[in-house]
Amino acid sequence: MPTSSTPYTGQASPAAPPTLAQRSFGAAGHLWVHFVLCIYAVIALFPIALILINSVKTRSAIFDGPMALPTAETLTLVGFQKVLSGTHFLLYFGNSLVVTLGSLVLIVLFGAMAGWALSEYKFPGNRVLNFFLAIGIMIPIRLGTVSILQLIVALDLINTRTALILVYTAQGLPLAVMILSEFIRQIPTELKDAARCDGVGEIAIFFQVILPLIRPAIATVAVFTMIPAWNDLWFPLILAPGEDTRTVTLGVQQFIGQYATDWNSVLAALSMAVIPILLLYVAFSRQLIRGLTSGAVK
Amino acid sequence: MKKVRAWQLLVFLAPAVIIYSMFSALPLADTLRLGFYTSNDAGVRSFVGLDNYRTILFDPDWSAAFWNAMWNNIKFFCIHMALQNPIGLLLATLFSLKGLRGARTYRTLIFLPTLLSVVIIGFIWQLILSPLWGVGEKLMGLVGLADWFGPWLGQESTALLTLSLISVWQYIGIPMMLIYAALLAVPDEVLEAAHAEGASGLRIFWQIKLPLIYPTLGLVTILTFVANFNAFDLIYSVKGALAGPNYSADLLGTYFYRTFFGYQAQIGSPTMGAAVATLMFLVILAGVGAYFVMVQRRLTRYAL
Repeated sequence: MPTSSTPYTGQASPAAPPTLAQRSFGAAGHLWVHFVLCIYAVIALFPIALILINSVKTRSAIFDGPMALPTAETLTLVGFQKVLSGTHFLLYFGNSLVVTLGSLVLIVLFGAMAGWALSEYKFPGNRVLNFFLAIGIMIPIRLGTVSILQLIVALDLINTRTALILVYTAQGLPLAVMILSEFIRQIPTELKDAARCDGVGEIAIFFQVILPLIRPAIATVAVFTMIPAWNDLWFPLILAPGEDTRTVTLGVQQFIGQYATDWNSVLAALSMAVIPILLLYVAFSRQLIRGLTSGAVK
Repeated sequence: MKKVRAWQLLVFLAPAVIIYSMFSALPLADTLRLGFYTSNDAGVRSFVGLDNYRTILFDPDWSAAFWNAMWNNIKFFCIHMALQNPIGLLLATLFSLKGLRGARTYRTLIFLPTLLSVVIIGFIWQLILSPLWGVGEKLMGLVGLADWFGPWLGQESTALLTLSLISVWQYIGIPMMLIYAALLAVPDEVLEAAHAEGASGLRIFWQIKLPLIYPTLGLVTILTFVANFNAFDLIYSVKGALAGPNYSADLLGTYFYRTFFGYQAQIGSPTMGAAVATLMFLVILAGVGAYFVMVQRRLTRYAL
């Protein structure tokens, strides 16, 4: 935004028209816009801040002054200690990580391969296959749960992380194929033809030429894939509720039910579930927002 | 496009098509089929035609719960359309204004709740609204409304509205970002020209920006529709599968879950569950179909 948002420097000549920014938007205009946005930002962040602040306070301080920051007297990490030592939270984190990253890798790899085939090769049934995959973008996979459960039982995959990875991969593939094939279509033909003239095989072209070129699109796909998989409650609840395969989301859900009265632990557990996403968001927010907006324009 | 050998197609397409078919498309089709069956105590399935649907839609024991969930779901969707999308539009319009400082920071902060799991969001709001902790009451006291505070999540008359507002609060980031992207795509020359003609900021919004982002508003509507008629997590994590008090917050998603897995005295039934899923499928299909036929076809003409 550097060009259009640079403030008007006030030239003497009346012939130079003021920039759009300045005309539409005087200092007074800025003020109320900031006012509205600030208020909304507080509404958006306050609940999260409340949990983080109270998770490091003593029990009495949580009740006496819920909105106060922790002081030297009221600061305590007892909730975190209890959660880390007394429960399987780290295991749940591991499960969520395996499931989310596992499905991410499969979605990106298989999605890019299919996107490449659909956008590069001419074959009968191309459009039908495109349509078949596109259905999955709009119709939620959850509606097939009855049969998915039967299938997972039949495959003897119940209470495994593999079951979740397969379902999330199936869920993420349609959108991934759409976004990635759109990107692959924009790659100049000369690049591929040059490689082909040199006698490079199709598989090598895909891995060595195409994959590196679509990295921005892969980031977009990663955003759309990871968040729903990490946060999902439905499939872990149904396909993998066992103690060993529980994800963080399901773990927090059941933990809250079990320890509802132990506020230190509950608030610490909630914070622990929030913090990884928070850190990821801070680290990748630019990429994430670019992914969201570029995905939307397409 | 290149002519291709069969093995190349197989290598590139097979993994995606097999996983998608096996774990998404075929289970969906199979669920639609299962809705026409019933199973006896021994687990033997037999074809019963439309019986399950007749039960759900017309048997008084079932239909009251179904229509309650459906009606609640419609309200849930209407609240999102009335609040989430207009507020998202307002916020996106504000921080897409040219020359606004800190636009990126606002955008980043306001989007944050959308990323968190519904389980966490649901519990945070349960705590804030809990009369026991008193945070909600205190906050309302700050603006002089302490007397208005009530146990909103626990009352039949307010539970659904409160849960809808929580969901609106969380998911406002999605319409906001989609609309923001669309607003960025509005060409500067068009806006410059309008300014040169002396149009006011408001007029530019209503007569230029808004019509140009109609396609995105259509997309936001259908995404909201699909997400709302498929909602489950928030109600389940705050209210459990019973969506209480007295089913006042029941949505199709929780109704589906109860039908499938059973609750209290009622035994779960996969085939009845499949029938409920089929009805949800039809509702979503009707929405998606209407979107493609009416909205998208008409709007592509305006696309830039």
